[in-house]
Parts: sequence; C-alpha cells; structure tokens
Amino acid sequence: MEAMVQAPPAWVKERRDLAAKRFAETGYPTTRQEDWRFTNITPIAETRFAPAQGSFAQAASLVAGVSVAGSLRLAIVNGQFAAGLSDLSTLPKGIRIAGLRDGARDGTDGLEQHLGRVFNIDSHPFAALNTANLDDGVAIFIAAGAAVETPIHIVTVTGGDGTAVAAHPRVLVVAGANSQVRIAQTYIGAADDVYFNNAVVEVVVGEGAIVEYYTDQRESDRAYHIANIQAHVSAKGVFASHAFSTGARIQRHDIGIALKGEGADCTMNGVYLADGERLMDTHTSLDHAMPHCTSHEVYKGILAGKAKAVFNGRIIVRLDAQKTDAKQTNRALLLSDDATINSNPQLEIFADDVKCTHGAAVGQLDEEAMFYLQARGLNRVEARDMLLHAFAGEVMEGLKIPALREQIERNFFAALGRDVELKA
Amino acid sequence: MLLEVRNLKVRVEDKEILKGINLTVKPGEVHAIMGPNGSGKSTFARALSGHPGYEVTEGEVLYNGQDLLDMDPDERAREGVFMAFQYPVEIPGVNNAYFLKAALNAKRKQAGLDELDAMDFMKLVKEKLKLLHVDDSLLQRSVNEGFSGGEKKRNEIFHMAVLEPKLALLDETDSGLDIDALRVVSEGVNAMRSPDRSFIVVTHYQRLLNYIVPDFVHVLSDGKIVRSGGRELALELEEKGYAGQVEAGARK
Repeated sequence: MEAMVQAPPAWVKERRDLAAKRFAETGYPTTRQEDWRFTNITPIAETRFAPAQGSFAQAASLVAGVSVAGSLRLAIVNGQFAAGLSDLSTLPKGIRIAGLRDGARDGTDGLEQHLGRVFNIDSHPFAALNTANLDDGVAIFIAAGAAVETPIHIVTVTGGDGTAVAAHPRVLVVAGANSQVRIAQTYIGAADDVYFNNAVVEVVVGEGAIVEYYTDQRESDRAYHIANIQAHVSAKGVFASHAFSTGARIQRHDIGIALKGEGADCTMNGVYLADGERLMDTHTSLDHAMPHCTSHEVYKGILAGKAKAVFNGRIIVRLDAQKTDAKQTNRALLLSDDATINSNPQLEIFADDVKCTHGAAVGQLDEEAMFYLQARGLNRVEARDMLLHAFAGEVMEGLKIPALREQIERNFFAALGRDVELKA
Repeated sequence: MLLEVRNLKVRVEDKEILKGINLTVKPGEVHAIMGPNGSGKSTFARALSGHPGYEVTEGEVLYNGQDLLDMDPDERAREGVFMAFQYPVEIPGVNNAYFLKAALNAKRKQAGLDELDAMDFMKLVKEKLKLLHVDDSLLQRSVNEGFSGGEKKRNEIFHMAVLEPKLALLDETDSGLDIDALRVVSEGVNAMRSPDRSFIVVTHYQRLLNYIVPDFVHVLSDGKIVRSGGRELALELEEKGYAGQVEAGARK
C-alpha cells in the first residue's frame, strides 16, 4: 500500500529549506559552544536514527496509560498527529484544532502567520533541525475572549519497535486576546527503546490572554529528548510554563519567554528528578522587552546516582523595560556524592529602574530534619520521601489540572524509588 | 524494668561527653536529670534517642529488655521512645497533621494495628488537643515553620500525646519558655503521666520541677551522675546552686 503523499504548500517548503540550510551551516552543537558547554550530545549526533514513520506497537497503550479523564486529548505518534488516538468528542466552543499537515494543506487560518515565527532558528540548532523536518504536529487556536474550561492534553508518544527513530513533533498554540486555556503535554515512549524526540512548541499569547503550559517529560530511559518551548506574550498577557521531568537519557529543555507588551506576566517553573546516568539540562531565557512586566521562576532538581544536571537561567531586561520585577530561584538537592549540577544565573540588565533577584542553592538533604522525622518513627526512606515531596511540592502545586497533577506526582515519586540509593 | 543504662559512654566528634552513666527507670517513674551547662545532660537524652552525631563508645542500654543501642532512631520511636527536642526542627512544606498521622501509623503498623484513616486520626487529634488545652492552629501549618518558641514546645508535647510513648525524653523542654507557656507544657506532660509511661526530664532549672514533680532527681557533672535523690535534691540545688555538687558526689 502506498500512502498518498501530497506536496506541502510553498510556504512550508520555504521554511523547511531555510531551516535545513541553517542546520547544515551550524551542525549539531558541541561543548565548545557556551550554551552547550556541559551537555555533550555526541550520542545523538553519532546515532543513525531512521526517520520515524507511522505508528509502533505500544503507541495505543502508551496513550491510554497517561490519558486524563475530562480533557481533550491530542495524540502525536512519532511526530505525527494521530486522530484515531485523539479524543475531541467534547470540543468546546472557541477552539480550533488542526493537524499541522492537514491544516497547512487546507490553508488553516493563522498557521502560515505564526508557525516558525515565535523563535529564532539561528540560535536554536535543534529547533532548526525540527523545522527542517517539519511535517506534522498540532495547532491549537483559541478564539478571542474564549475561556476554555476543559484542559487540553497533548500526548506525544515515540517508538520504533526496536529501530532507533527520530521524531520532530511540533505544536503551535495561538491564544486570542483575553482568552484562557490550560494545555499539558506528556512525552512518553516505548520503554527501553532508543529514540530521539526533538520537539518544538510555539505559543502566542494575545493581549490579556492567560495560557498555562505543563510539560511532563517521562521518556524512555534510553531516549534523547530535546524540547524547545518558546512563547511571545502580549500586553497584560499571562504565560506560565511548568515542567516536570523524570525520563530520558539526555534531556535538553530550552524554554524562552519574551514579554513583548506592557504589564505582561510570566511564570517559568520546573522540577526534575535526575538519577542513574541521566543528563538533564534546562536552559531558560526570559526577555523583558517592555515596562511593567513581572516574571517568577523556580527550578528545583533532585539528583541521585551519577546524574548530571545543568541549569542556565538567563534574564534580559532591555533598556525600555523599566519597572521590571523578575525573580529567579534555582535549587538542587544532591542525594549522592557522584551527582553533579552546573547552575548558572545569567542576568543582563540594561534598564535602571528594575527589581531583579536571583538565588541558587545546591545542597544535601537536611540531616537534622531527617533525624527529626526518624525520631518520630518514620524510616529513612519514608523520611527522605517526605522531605523530597515537600521540596518538589512548591512546583507541583502550580499544576492546576487535578487529575493530571495526581498522575504526575505519582509518576514522579514512583521514579524516586527507581535506583535512588540512600546514604546511610 | 523499662530502661537500664549501664556505664554509658558517649563521644561527640572527638570529645568524650558521657563518662559512664548508670540509671534505672521503672514504668511510671519520672526522673529529672539536672546539671550545669556542658555536664552532658542533653547528650544523654540525644544518645538515647539515637542521634547519629552521638557515638556510644562503651556501655549498654536495655529498653524493655531489648538492646536499645542496636536500634535505628525510627525503630526506637516505633517501640515507644519519644524525644521532645530542645530545638524542634523547622520543616517547610511538610504539613504538621500529615506528618503526625504518618508517624502514628508507622508506629501502629509496627504494633500490628490497623492504620488510622484521616477521620479517625482527626478524632484522636481533637481529643489530645482538648487534653492539652491547646488550639488546633498548629495542625495545618508546616512542621514548626515560623512557630514561636512556645508553639514549638507545645507542638512537641502534642506529638507526644498523639504518639503515646512508653518512654518520653524531654530535652530542656523549659528553655526559652515564659511562665504561661511553661505551665501549659507542664500540664500537658502531667496529663500524660501514667503507670505505664516513664519520663526522663532534662533541665537546667529546678523551676520546671515545680510543675512536673519528679520521683527522682539526678545531678550530672562532667559526664557522670554525681548525686541522686528525691525531689528535695532539686530544691537543694536551687538554694545552693551546682557548685559543690561534684565534691559532694565524690565524697559519697
């Protein structure tokens, strides 16, 4: 059987070709580049990944396993929108959803205008690679003034039935003025499969709109997960990104938010569990371009085994961005002597009337607190888990979809039991 | 016999603090351990609770006939040893009621009892709060976080009341308390006194013993018990101070 392959519209082809050209020029990033100094992606560059095509054996069961009742479900299988595994039966008013490939073919309004326009491919080689492979994904449009109560859950599953595949899923969210929406994206893959998932998410937050975006990364332990989330926030708009990570062999998150209108507000929180030999890298970038904007950022890491983590938190306050209020906190708990983190706040402030604070702390479990809990009867594992719950809780609390929060918490704390070894 | 301490020697970092303590506690008894700063009285309580910073170098401790020193701190707690901390630790993000329920259920599980569900637990908590005459404002806060000195100590006694230990170690529970808080805490302890519960009350001041009347008073000096007696010994100490106790002990 031969699939009907239709040529994409000219604008898609142009953007692909441009991105392919850029990627050909830059190639894979190396540790000689400042942004990739601690993150060696040689295993990705040196593995021969087959382009992911069609579905794989576990796709349906993986989607079912993480589905959340009461939400709209959009399934992306190996980078492609899978209508059959999606559930749009309760599509509320004010939402348009399109598969990217079909949407581009059908001339879906807004797609050509926004796709690939929220980030700069020159500074994100993997996003360029994604765009060079631009094929499918989902686009979500929220009409102006629509307050969407039903959460949208994008389930991104990847696997190659034993073949190492590369997928380049793509998500575009455009929230009209004064609209509201909550979107979660779960990344999960066939257990033990080696694959490369190279995702890009673009979010356009209209004036006065409120968009919450939750990222739940629980890829296979041998997967390579690169995700780039970029958002543009208009005046008085609110964007919140909350990221929860427990999976993948190598994770790289680039999360960039540009506050492009007065009075915009954003939150950029995350909590990750890195154990075994995992490498988890989060690069965040906040661009305060306009006055009277606020940003809140809390990243927390729990590291065990021989895991490595990287946190780089860049905040740019441009000359015009007076009365900026930016707060960044990065904390990490090292549960073993062999785990390491490189934490780097990077503040570039060009305006003079601003409030910017940042703090980074790396430490171990508080042994006095451990003893206090033990002296009341909890064993060391119970005491540790209670402290880790409390540590992660501040970020978990930001997850405003109850059923999903419960699932993510359960997954997160089950992951703690994986191979985290307790020091005596 | 609930507790038998024989020739207990304890080191903290490289310094020997306890130099051979002997003490026997029967069920229902209240023993006060008094002594000047640096005499080792808090070390004694902490060593019994199993604090990892206190290294036992010699001696033995039998608790209900079992080797207490062989148990982890949490095992000791589940077997009925309770330590009211001198400096209760602040634990942000851990809800006080949630923690206490987990602690109680850990203990019940060890005893082969069913775990209490949230409703039964709250019922028990309400009873204990009433018994101690404390309000429930501490319940839904993070453990000790932002508590005043008095609140911290009251919370310790509240934990004790819920966990119903066989042996309670009160480590300078009176330090930093004003007279009203001292009264509330003491009344809580007195309400908990029973023929099958024993207390070791560590204190610098005799003041506490006006409220919690001990059966026995022991004076610790330089890591050893130098005098033991009844309640009158505490009154004598108040009058004469600790000076001279070492010599008095040596003469005995």
